[in-house]
Amino acid sequence: MSNHGMSVIVRTVTRFVYGLIILFGFYVIMHGHLTPGGGFQGGAVVASAFALLLVAFGSAGLKGRLNLHWLQSIEEVGALAFLALAFLGIGTAFFYNLLANSGGFLFGASVPAGANAGVLNAGGTVPLMNWAVGLKVMTGIAAVAITMLIGSKKEETE
Amino acid sequence: MTALTTHAPVLLIAIPLLGAFATPLIGKLGRGARNTLVGLVVLVVAGLAALLAVDVFTAGAPTIYEMGGGTFTFPLSGGQVPVRILFEVDSMSAFMGLITALIALTGAFFSFSYWKDRSGSNLYFSLFLLLTAGIFGMQMTGDMFNFFVFLEITSIAAASLVGFRVWLKQSQEAGFKVMAMYTLSGLFVLLAIGLLYGQYGHLNIAALASRLTGSLTDVIALGLLLTGLAMKAGAVPMHMWAPDAYGEAPAPTSAVLVANSQASLYGLFRVLFTLFGASVSTGAVGWILIVLALLTIFVGVTMALIQNDLKRLVAYGAVSQIGYMMLGVGVGLAVSATKPEFGLVAMQGGIFHMLNDAACVGLLFFASGAVIRASGTRDLNAMGGLAHGMKWTSVCFAIGAVALAGVPPFNGFASKFLIYEAAFKLSPFLAVIAVLSSILLLAVFVKAFQAAFLGPRTTAMAHVTDPSPGMMLPMVALVLVVVVFGLFPGFFVDHIVTPAAKALWLGRDAYINAVLGG
Repeated sequence: MSNHGMSVIVRTVTRFVYGLIILFGFYVIMHGHLTPGGGFQGGAVVASAFALLLVAFGSAGLKGRLNLHWLQSIEEVGALAFLALAFLGIGTAFFYNLLANSGGFLFGASVPAGANAGVLNAGGTVPLMNWAVGLKVMTGIAAVAITMLIGSKKEETE
Repeated sequence: MTALTTHAPVLLIAIPLLGAFATPLIGKLGRGARNTLVGLVVLVVAGLAALLAVDVFTAGAPTIYEMGGGTFTFPLSGGQVPVRILFEVDSMSAFMGLITALIALTGAFFSFSYWKDRSGSNLYFSLFLLLTAGIFGMQMTGDMFNFFVFLEITSIAAASLVGFRVWLKQSQEAGFKVMAMYTLSGLFVLLAIGLLYGQYGHLNIAALASRLTGSLTDVIALGLLLTGLAMKAGAVPMHMWAPDAYGEAPAPTSAVLVANSQASLYGLFRVLFTLFGASVSTGAVGWILIVLALLTIFVGVTMALIQNDLKRLVAYGAVSQIGYMMLGVGVGLAVSATKPEFGLVAMQGGIFHMLNDAACVGLLFFASGAVIRASGTRDLNAMGGLAHGMKWTSVCFAIGAVALAGVPPFNGFASKFLIYEAAFKLSPFLAVIAVLSSILLLAVFVKAFQAAFLGPRTTAMAHVTDPSPGMMLPMVALVLVVVVFGLFPGFFVDHIVTPAAKALWLGRDAYINAVLGG
């Protein structure tokens, strides 16, 4: 893996698809409480877009755009947000779903009984936790990928 | 106050987790802010563990905590089954929580000074708190799969901590070895849980325990659990990772790794007594445990005898002590069908030894860490005359060493004596091996103490001094534990050890009924 990335074909295709991959990852996170997938899976999909960028453009092409310290900080924030959501329900019990069926705007709608197409605005803290996990996983895996790139680059120069 | 006690089981896990993820962020503000946060977290956790222990010991019955609760009241009634993740804390879990709190508290405060002049210590404290959270989780949970999750959390955190000093080649190797062995043990446990879940459709320990039939698949699951958890506890012949891990990890972490091994041992005891207590032949399984225990004691001590590396020597000593716990509880398990008087004594000895071992081994690791830091070497042949410069450290090391070897009036004697007595009743051979190994361990520490601390002051070691008060205070705290527990063993055996021993030995029905109803 060189600093300058791969051929012009790969870079062009990457430019074309990486936005779509990120969008698909966000979709998987957003619909985690309705369809297969969720925070971890969606976060991994988004991180794969970062990994694709790393491979296609090399570390030189990424300079400044993905900062390791920022990624790590966002990762911590994701984990803390997850715990904070779990603490929301401590009045009843840890992880108690305070927002479900509250009728509010924030995922508080009630789901009708029987077969239905799925209510996106439902689930209470579950979709929010999906976002927290998604944030942690996408930044965490991206940080791992960047760290490995830095590590492999060092060995090349030695 | 009551709300705090109700939520204590989950707060014991949630607060260290919160601390673990907040540490790198708060650490950006500086070392003072980070140390305040970590210190606060371990203090709160220690307080909660004590609160929970008092509550459970006085109630005398297991406490149930339902994650995301509000739907069910416990015990359940009318054929209900537990579907949510439950935390179930009986006296044994609360007792283990006390051990973990003691080690986390002293380990964290020792670390503050130990890592003072090193970079990257934010990550160290993050992993330290993560490991603490995982250990508490293994001890509090009442759910097999949840137990596996916490087991994996401790595995990842522990392997990273062992390999934390990436600038050292041995540290990397030890970290990799620990990662491989812990993963293997985790897979064993996971496969066993899968076998049980496939048959009974339950993951809750109480619900599983009430349904186990003792079929061939159950026995295979038991074998996998026994192997996996004994591997993670560092029992011979699956111990090869333990000396590397304890030896190469930073000194305060070595103490927490011992607490981690004890948590696996707790999981093993929980599985043997509560989960399989009525569905397999406890006599046969007890003897398997006893054989493993004797091997662990003997191999651990004899390997310690030939070490020239101070940290590795203490590490092998720590391995051998795991064997004494297994011997005590194994004797209790072997006779648990007939429940004679000495069975409870054996359980008391084995369980009391967990607490005593945590204090002694923690003290020894702290003291050897201070010695290695001051002298700059781990080789006993290169040391000598350190007592001239390190008076207090040498006293701490000596107390820890004789206590671990089971010399009165220290705490190691109190618990080992109970084990000898009960093991003798089952078979004198067991007691002979146990006593002989203790004497050998004393020889090991006499050798180490003589080589490191005694003799004339050498020119190479002329500069050594006692460590800063930040490192001395945790050591002194553990010395106090060692001495007080040794001088008044009766009080502690009556008030905290006996309830824990009875919860394991006699409390199987109470554990199940607390969830499912009588």
